[in-house]
Amino acid sequence: MSVLTGIRIIELAHERTAFAGKLLAELGADVILIEPPEGTAARHYPPFVDDVPGIERSLHFWHYNAGKRGITLDLTRSGDQTRLRTLLATADVLIESEPSERIRALRLNFETTAKANPRLIHVAVTPYGRKEPLSNLAETDLTLMASGGPVWSCGYDDHSLPPSRGWGFQGYQTACHFAVMSVLTALLYRGNQTSGGGQFIDISITAALNVTTEGASYNWLVEGSTLQRQTGRHASIRPTGETQIQCADQRWANTGVPPRFPVEFARLLDWLRTLGLEEEFPEAVFLEMGANWEGPFDLSRIGIEDTITAVFTAGREALQLIARTVPAQSFFEGCQQAGLAVGVINSPEEAFEDIHFKARGMHVPLYRADLDRTVVHPGPPFSLPAAPSRLTRTAPRLGEHNAEIRGMP
Amino acid sequence: MPSALAGYRICDFTGQLAGAGATKWLAAFGAEVIRIEDPVRQGRWDILRGNPPYKDERRGIDMGGAFNNHNTDKLGITLNLKTDKAKDILRKLIAASDVVSENFAAGVLEKWGFGYDALREIRPDIIYVSNCGFGHVGPYSRFKTWGPIVQAISGLTHTSGLPGQPPAGWGYSYMDHTGGYYMAMAILAALLHRQRTGEGQWVDLACTDAALTLNGPALLDWTVNGRRVRSRDVYSNRDQFSSMAPHNIYRCAGDDEWVAIACRDDTQWTALAECIGEPWTEAFTSVHTRLEKQDELDQLLSNWTQTRHKFDIESMLRSRQVPVGAVQKPAERIERDPTTANFGLWPMVTHSAIGDVRVDGQPVHFSVTDWQQKRGAACLSEHTRSVLTDLLGYTGDEVDTFYAEGVL
Repeated sequence: MSVLTGIRIIELAHERTAFAGKLLAELGADVILIEPPEGTAARHYPPFVDDVPGIERSLHFWHYNAGKRGITLDLTRSGDQTRLRTLLATADVLIESEPSERIRALRLNFETTAKANPRLIHVAVTPYGRKEPLSNLAETDLTLMASGGPVWSCGYDDHSLPPSRGWGFQGYQTACHFAVMSVLTALLYRGNQTSGGGQFIDISITAALNVTTEGASYNWLVEGSTLQRQTGRHASIRPTGETQIQCADQRWANTGVPPRFPVEFARLLDWLRTLGLEEEFPEAVFLEMGANWEGPFDLSRIGIEDTITAVFTAGREALQLIARTVPAQSFFEGCQQAGLAVGVINSPEEAFEDIHFKARGMHVPLYRADLDRTVVHPGPPFSLPAAPSRLTRTAPRLGEHNAEIRGMP
Repeated sequence: MPSALAGYRICDFTGQLAGAGATKWLAAFGAEVIRIEDPVRQGRWDILRGNPPYKDERRGIDMGGAFNNHNTDKLGITLNLKTDKAKDILRKLIAASDVVSENFAAGVLEKWGFGYDALREIRPDIIYVSNCGFGHVGPYSRFKTWGPIVQAISGLTHTSGLPGQPPAGWGYSYMDHTGGYYMAMAILAALLHRQRTGEGQWVDLACTDAALTLNGPALLDWTVNGRRVRSRDVYSNRDQFSSMAPHNIYRCAGDDEWVAIACRDDTQWTALAECIGEPWTEAFTSVHTRLEKQDELDQLLSNWTQTRHKFDIESMLRSRQVPVGAVQKPAERIERDPTTANFGLWPMVTHSAIGDVRVDGQPVHFSVTDWQQKRGAACLSEHTRSVLTDLLGYTGDEVDTFYAEGVL
C-alpha cells in the first residue's frame, strides 16, 4: 500500500498542472486525467517516439502523465458535465488550471463543488491566482519565469548577454511542488475532522516563483539591495570568484567551496602527489602548511595576511591544475574523496546513466502495450519505506479508461 | 481560522534552506516546530545564522536576514549534545514529538547516538526524515553537496545557458528551495501514513534524486530516442523541443532591461506581428519559417524591442493575448507588481531583535486553514526556558543549573 492508496484525484488536463498529478500518482493516488475528446494540447508537444508525431507518441505527454488513468469528456455537453460532477462526488481532490470564466460556465466554482462533496479539496493552479484577471492571459513557462523572478538572477557575468531560463518547465514544476504540499497538508487536516474537511486552495504560479529565488527576494526585503547575475554561480551584490572549471575532457565541474580545513589540504596534497603533479606545482609547499595548520583558520584574514592568503590561493590553484589534468568525473570523485563538495556538470542523460542513480532505483521500466515496447522512466523522487512510492503504468492512451470509469456509479 | 497542522510537533535539526524551508511550511500551517541549535558554536551549523543581509546594518548572531526568512514561526532551543544531560533532554523532546527532521551530511545524527533505531526506541511511531545530497544508500552516499552541486550533478546546470557559452546554471540554490519542498512532502506523507496506520518510519530523502526527475521529457528522449542533450548546443531561452517561435528573451530600452516573448501558434504570431506593424513580419507567417529562420527572426524582433520599454511591450502584448513577461528585478516584482502584494506574499513578521521585517510568504491560500507567518526566527536559545519548563516539565532551577553547567 502506498501513502495515497484509495485517494481519488480528478485532474483537468493542462500543461501547468500535469506534474502535480504525476507526483500524486507516484504516491499511490488514483489520478484520473480528464481530456477533451480530441486530446489535450500536450499530446502534440515534441519530442515524439522515433521523432514521428502522433497523439499517442508524445514523450512530453508520456513523461508528465505516467501513473494516471485517463478519460475523455466533452465539457461543452451537459451529459458529460453531469458525468464530471458524478466523478467529483466520489473524488477527494480536484486539480485544475482553468480560466475563471470557464470555471463559472462549467459551474465548477468551489461553492458548487463543495455543496456536492464537502470533503473535496479543490486546487486551482493559475498564473497569478484565481481572483487575478491576469491569470486568464496566455502565458508560457518562459514568460512566467521572467515575471516571477528566476530569470533575473540567472545568466552570465557579461550583461550584454541576456539572462537565462533553465529548461524543463521549472516554472510549472515549482508551482506543482506547492500543489502537492498543499494537497498533503489539506488531506492531513481532513483526516483529523469527523465530517467535511474539504476546502479550496488557490495557488499562484508567479507567487511560487517569487518565493523560490533565495537571496534575490530577501536581500531586497531586508536591506533594499539588488543581486546581479553571474556565470554559473549565485547572483550577488558584489562580484564573487568563479566556480566553474573546464576539465581535461572539456566537460565542466562546479568547484563548490575551496579547501578550508587542514584535513582537506592534506588530502589535496596526497592527490596531487598520486597524479605526479607535485613537481610542476611549487606552491605545494603551502598546501603542506595548510595541512599542518594549528587550530582553525581565521578566514577573515584571507587577503590580509600573507601566509593564510598563500595557503588558500594554493588550494584553489591546485584544484585548477588537477581539473586541467583529469576528466570531469574523476575530478568530481577525487575532490569528494578529499572531502570537498565539488560536482561534475552532467547533461540530463549523463546524470540518468550515473551508477549512483541506477543503484538508487531511479530507472523504472514500463511496458507500453500499444507500441509493444518497454520504456525506461525516471523513478519517483522519494519513497516511504513503509508505504512505497510506485510508478506502475505509462501515460494513458486517449480515452483508455472511458469504459471502466465513465460507467462508474 | 483553524490551523491545518495544529497539534503536530517537529523536533527539528534542519538548517540552511534545504531543511529550514521544509519546516517553515509546517510552522506556517500551525505545526509546533522546535529548532535545536548548538550553544557552543552559537548555532553556526546553520551558516546563515548571523550572516547578511542585515536590517539597518545591525550585525550579530541573531540578526541574520536569510536565517530569519527561512525560520519564521519556529521555536528555538539550544542543546549541547556533547553532554549527557543534553542528550537526556533531547530524549524527552523526541518522546513528545511526532517528527525528527534533519539535513546534515549522511550519518551525522547517528554518530551523535540518535540514528533511526535509537529514535524508534524512544518513540516507536516516530517519523524520521533525513535530507542529504545523495541519500544514505548508494555509491556517493558519503559525498557532500549544497544547492549548486546538486544542480550540477543532476543535469539542471547544464540545461541553462546560451549556445557557445559555458553553462549559465542557476543564480541561486534552486535545489535548496526545491529540496525543502520535497522534504516537506516527505514529512507530510509520512504523517498521513501514520494517521492511517499508526506506523512511523525513516524517509531517506536524497536531494539529487529529486533533482534528476526535474529534467522533464529530456530523459525519455534519451531512453526512447537515444538523443543526448550533450550532443547539441543548449539554448535554454528557446523552447526545449522547438515547437514555439519566437520564444526568447529580448533586450529592451534602458540598462540591463529584458522582456520574454513567446508565440504558441499562428494566432499569437499574427497578433504580435500586428503590434510590431513592420513589413518584415510578413515573411514569417508560417511556423516552419519562424523555426527555420529563428536566428533572423530573433534579431529582427530584438531590433523592435530594444527601442521600447519592457513594461510598455508587456502591456501592449498582453492586450493582444500574446505570451509576454518583463524580466522583473526584485524591486519591481516586490514593490511595483500589484499581483504579489495583492496575494499577501510578503508578510511582515516581528523578530525579537531585528524588529518588524518582511519575509517570503507562501504562494497558496487555503479557504479554511490558511497559513500565517507572524513571528520572526528565534534568537539563539530564545525559547529554551519555556520549552524545558512548559513542555518537558523541568523546573526553573533545573534550567538555571543546566545553563551553568554548559548543557544549554
